[in-house]
Amino acid sequence: MDGIAPKKLTIGEIGLSVIMAGLAVFAIFVAAKAWTPEYAFHAYLFAAAAVAAVFAIANRYLSRPAITPQEIDGKPNYNFGPVKFATLAAMFWGIAGFTVGLYIALELAWPIFNLDLPWTSFGRLRPLHTSAVIFAFGGNVLLATSFYVVQRTCRARLAGDLAPWFVILGYNFFIVIAGTGYLLGITQGKEYAEPEWYSDSWLTIVWVTYLLVFLGTLWKRKEPHIYVANWFYLAFIVTIAVLHLGNNAAIPVSLFSSKSYIVWSGVQDAMIQWWYGHNAVGFFLTAGFLAIVYYFIPKRAERPVYSYRLSIIHFWALIFMYIWAGPHHLHYTALPDWAQTLGMTFSIMLWMPSWGGMINGLMTLSGAWDKLRTDPVLRMMVVSVAFYGMATFEGPVMSIKSVNSLSHYTDWGIGHVHSGALGWVAYVSFGAMYCLVPWLWNKREVYSLKLVNWHFWVSTIGIVFYITSMWVAGIMQGLMWRAYTALGFLEYSFVETTEAMHPMYIIRALGGGMFLAGAVIMAYNLYMTIRSPEPVALGNRAALVPGE
Amino acid sequence: MQDTPAKHTDDKKAIVGTTGHEWDGIQELNNPLPRWWLWTFYACVLWAIGYWVVYPAIPLVSSFTQGTFGWHSRSAVVADLDGLKTLRAPMNAKIEAASLADIEKTPELLSFARAQGSAAFAVNCSPCHGAGAQGFKGYPNLNDDDWLWGGSLDAIYTTLQHGIRWDADKDTRSSMMPSFGKDGILKPAEISVVADYVRSLSGLSTDKDADLAAGQKIFADNCAACHGDKGEGNQEMGAPKLNDKIWLYGSDKSVIMERITLGGGGIMPAWGARLDNPTIKSLAVYVHTLGGGQ
Repeated sequence: MDGIAPKKLTIGEIGLSVIMAGLAVFAIFVAAKAWTPEYAFHAYLFAAAAVAAVFAIANRYLSRPAITPQEIDGKPNYNFGPVKFATLAAMFWGIAGFTVGLYIALELAWPIFNLDLPWTSFGRLRPLHTSAVIFAFGGNVLLATSFYVVQRTCRARLAGDLAPWFVILGYNFFIVIAGTGYLLGITQGKEYAEPEWYSDSWLTIVWVTYLLVFLGTLWKRKEPHIYVANWFYLAFIVTIAVLHLGNNAAIPVSLFSSKSYIVWSGVQDAMIQWWYGHNAVGFFLTAGFLAIVYYFIPKRAERPVYSYRLSIIHFWALIFMYIWAGPHHLHYTALPDWAQTLGMTFSIMLWMPSWGGMINGLMTLSGAWDKLRTDPVLRMMVVSVAFYGMATFEGPVMSIKSVNSLSHYTDWGIGHVHSGALGWVAYVSFGAMYCLVPWLWNKREVYSLKLVNWHFWVSTIGIVFYITSMWVAGIMQGLMWRAYTALGFLEYSFVETTEAMHPMYIIRALGGGMFLAGAVIMAYNLYMTIRSPEPVALGNRAALVPGE
Repeated sequence: MQDTPAKHTDDKKAIVGTTGHEWDGIQELNNPLPRWWLWTFYACVLWAIGYWVVYPAIPLVSSFTQGTFGWHSRSAVVADLDGLKTLRAPMNAKIEAASLADIEKTPELLSFARAQGSAAFAVNCSPCHGAGAQGFKGYPNLNDDDWLWGGSLDAIYTTLQHGIRWDADKDTRSSMMPSFGKDGILKPAEISVVADYVRSLSGLSTDKDADLAAGQKIFADNCAACHGDKGEGNQEMGAPKLNDKIWLYGSDKSVIMERITLGGGGIMPAWGARLDNPTIKSLAVYVHTLGGGQ
């Protein structure tokens, strides 16, 4: 308490404390009148989190300096606290999400694992798995890397004082509400948009703050131009906001009920759902992670990005075309034919714009291919780009109506999604996290590159088991469904198809188990990196600037 | 911002130069778009435009462009289904004309009916009766010769057509066991005694102190009217045989007591409202030939 300038509570600190205190009182009021105990539980969680936020703000005030400088000795005073939190959260949610994934894979192979309990049934655990890996793991990776990259490539401290922390903690609180909600049976039944109206409203506030922090940091930048990674992050943040609002337009039954009804109905609802669903893939799982490629691969390979022109063209082509592709999820349904046609043709046209990112990622390695032998972190990221190329070829192929009539509703879809999710999204995230942790905690390198190598091979074999078993299962299932006898009758019953797929389900669970094992190796490696006693002297690393 | 060539002067690609910017040590080369990439992209766009001409594609005010050949997914699926109907039509005409017994006697008709019946069974019946018609608790096994409502071709056909306790069909099979316990017709002690007697009918063990004589009396007064004096059952009423080793819900005394207490019976939909007559005839033949037909 002996600073030169007297320490004062900022308007932000006062304002947010008052809002959080108000939220706590309001949440307790809602909890008291809630129609169901599940909803009351969530209201109490809101109250507890709001009270914790007030204490955290007070605690931070007592320990912080009077003024947080924007620069120290002419170098930006980067705000890495929230980045560190999101990185650790990503590791935690990753392991949790993969574990639930393995469990539901076992449920599909051996239904006894459903345990005859509502909370552990496949129907509730499946959205828990998808949300945990996409939004909790992937989301925290995107938050961490975007807050890191935007600061480094703008040479500016994150905009806002409490706002970055509000974004990170508020987002993770959303995850807790969404995940516990699934287990308790609270869902609006829209795939990848299962959380109910109150979770959605909370996420909207968090997301708008995220956008403002990101834009504010770009606004403060010390670089004349905005780096390509930031275009992708911005496209991701803006589009996800639009998708989230459009697909979750719902009217709650009551303030005291978790239930709401979507304003769209029938085929319009289906169309909006898959406009959302497909662009969650396009903008959350593609644009956001391409941003990671554009920063972490050139950084790790120490090579310039292959082509600036290609990055411009494929960026605009990608975001213009992706947004049209959703109807390919509704081929041969009540959706009008013209909409199906547009969804399919835009998916085909999307092939090359998607591959633009792959070319830029891979060709950045030119002149440095030898590093793939020695650097397993770089290898992981390069393999992720290869999986990205494979999945973005497979996707347009599956969107062709005649292929889709075989692949749709089968496990081929599950295989396709996982070659993207495990091979692309998770691998590029792992690569980025292996880079980020030593950078953030001022270490020379990860604790053990040998363990990274183990992680790479165990999980790569796991991915191969996973996607090949699902390809076989899916194509077999599709062929059995459509098989007719010479007399003109269906040859197989549904039950016979599930019986035929059973061995594939066991192989899939094995692959998932190996992928989880790799992630556990990674968590240990990152933990040991953070604990490692040899910090790098600040001067030794040109890229490193004092953190928070 | 600096106007230097690429950092890595050893790189052939560096000849193209960089954009001149640098962010946190990252530079960008100014390579042109790969030719193959660009031409493949153009080809995809051209193909898409061609597809829009041929297929329904552009929404208009109250309709949409129909495409060169007027193809629609709905008319396509109708045509597909019509094709199947046409394929099956000659045989189904024969099935419709022949009696159930004649279908079974004519090899050509029998193999068609069994194929049609097996496909219809997999879609409509297996959820309750099992993929192999083996049945589950409360859902009879259709492979054996123990029939609740009769195992003749005609009886099976009637059950399929009108269902069991299916209120929407006025000809449905409707008799039902009273709720002896729930409605207070029998006291719990009496239910226990008669349950022991029911077990004794098929030679199952009974409680040591079971009063079988009292049980027989209760059975004769309450149960025999439908199930017969010796528990031989009555297919007219759908009353199961109680003196064999085949049990619909189970033979444990507790299960028997539960059934006596609650009464009622299972429900089967009337398929006449959903399937055409040749399909129902085929199903009847299929079920009849599973092994237990009478």
